[in-house]
Amino acid sequence: MAKVLSLVVVVAFWTVVAEEAQSSMLPGPLAVAEALLRETRSLALPYHLACTLLRVAAAFAIAFSVGLIAGYAMGRSRLADQIGDPWLVILLNLPALVTIILAYVWIGLNEPAAIVAVALNKFPNVVVLTREGTRALSAELEDVARVFRLPWPSRLRHVVAPQLAPYLAAAFRSGISIIWKIVLVVELIGRPNGVGFVLGTAFSLFDMVTIFAYSIAFIAIMLLVENLLVQPLERNANRWRRKTA
Amino acid sequence: MQTVGAEKLLELQIDSKTYGADKGARVEILREIALHLAVGSFVSLFGPSGCGKTSILRIAAGLDQDFLGKRWIAPSARIGMVFQEPRLLAWRTVEDNIRIAMEAASATGDIGEWLERFDLAAQRRQYAGELSLGEARRVAIVRALSIAPDLLLLDEPLVSLDDAVAARVHDELRMVADSGKVGVLLVTHDLTEAVELSDRVLFFGERSARGFFEREILVPRIRRDRGMVFALAGELATLVAHRKWQVPGKG
Repeated sequence: MAKVLSLVVVVAFWTVVAEEAQSSMLPGPLAVAEALLRETRSLALPYHLACTLLRVAAAFAIAFSVGLIAGYAMGRSRLADQIGDPWLVILLNLPALVTIILAYVWIGLNEPAAIVAVALNKFPNVVVLTREGTRALSAELEDVARVFRLPWPSRLRHVVAPQLAPYLAAAFRSGISIIWKIVLVVELIGRPNGVGFVLGTAFSLFDMVTIFAYSIAFIAIMLLVENLLVQPLERNANRWRRKTA
Repeated sequence: MQTVGAEKLLELQIDSKTYGADKGARVEILREIALHLAVGSFVSLFGPSGCGKTSILRIAAGLDQDFLGKRWIAPSARIGMVFQEPRLLAWRTVEDNIRIAMEAASATGDIGEWLERFDLAAQRRQYAGELSLGEARRVAIVRALSIAPDLLLLDEPLVSLDDAVAARVHDELRMVADSGKVGVLLVTHDLTEAVELSDRVLFFGERSARGFFEREILVPRIRRDRGMVFALAGELATLVAHRKWQVPGKG
């Protein structure tokens, strides 16, 4: 209820300010809604949103799976940590723009380059969180698994994964927020479709209505993913804690 | 009761066990310990805190291989262990905690029946993280017993159990001992417990003392009534008080 109320207040405020300003730089909610409808009917909006979402999904899957393996290895092995750590620090601090430009220059102005560029920006974040989670794995429970000779699938499922789950949920959440931010820049610089591309074009034309319409659609998708995917996953990872907390 | 010529289950020869950082000074905690356990025998380890009893259990379990000496265990012997803390999977239910161990050991048995015996039926579907310490300890004991172990390693399993529950667990351990199929190593601070259940009690001295003092209890478990147990425990306590165990040898 409070969420809805805060949304209503913001829209009302926006309406008033836009009415007062009477400027093409700040279109009102109605104009934006019309644009949203128009773009949806012409299928342009669904098409560009789908392009962006596919990139997000692909980059996310790559970054998460590779980052999980690398982070686990670095958490378990000192050697792997020593080898990987300097690169991890570099990747963590490298400006996103640099990885994007390098990916486009080295791989080409194509889809794999875009996905790699996004994935590279998220990857170190997954590694760091997985490494921390792996370091925090309970040695006591590992002893239990060894004495009772749990086969590795069982160890992974019952002993390791539940301990890593909160870290992975955190990696999921922070990772997806990084990806939302990066993917549009990647599209703006080197793709002929996607929300970032549309925003870039609209920016060059000072087409604020389109910018607002696509931004709002993008934010709506983000919130949907957050509510339907991220939060349930987090809840599930921490389900056993609820009663004990 | 251990019988002459009983099947060998475990043999430990610990020449030295040290702890400490790689480069820092290492502290020797165990020296010249030779311990054997036959199928069906029940041996208690008794001694002051920090004398290395738990280290012996860890070496026996195969969890600690960082020692000078040898460990031999009967091939394919199944180990059940109760740690000092329950060490349950907090995110799994009581039933799952037991089932996971049973499946790994391909053990058959009715989990419900096990839980009934330890008065845990009501907790069956509770997450292990929600249990009281006493309940969690009992689940840990069930987990170790339910896999039908050949070697049972118990590290002060009765601590923090109330008297009634401790008595029940005692009975279960006595049944295990009487079955003659399981070799048991019990670490305890309670001499009466050791006397009540064991065939042999090994007394350990201060840290790094050589060997241990050993006392066999020849009276069959079934004939050990409370009076006898207290008398024997008292006698042994006097022995301990005089620190006679510091001289390695047989009692």
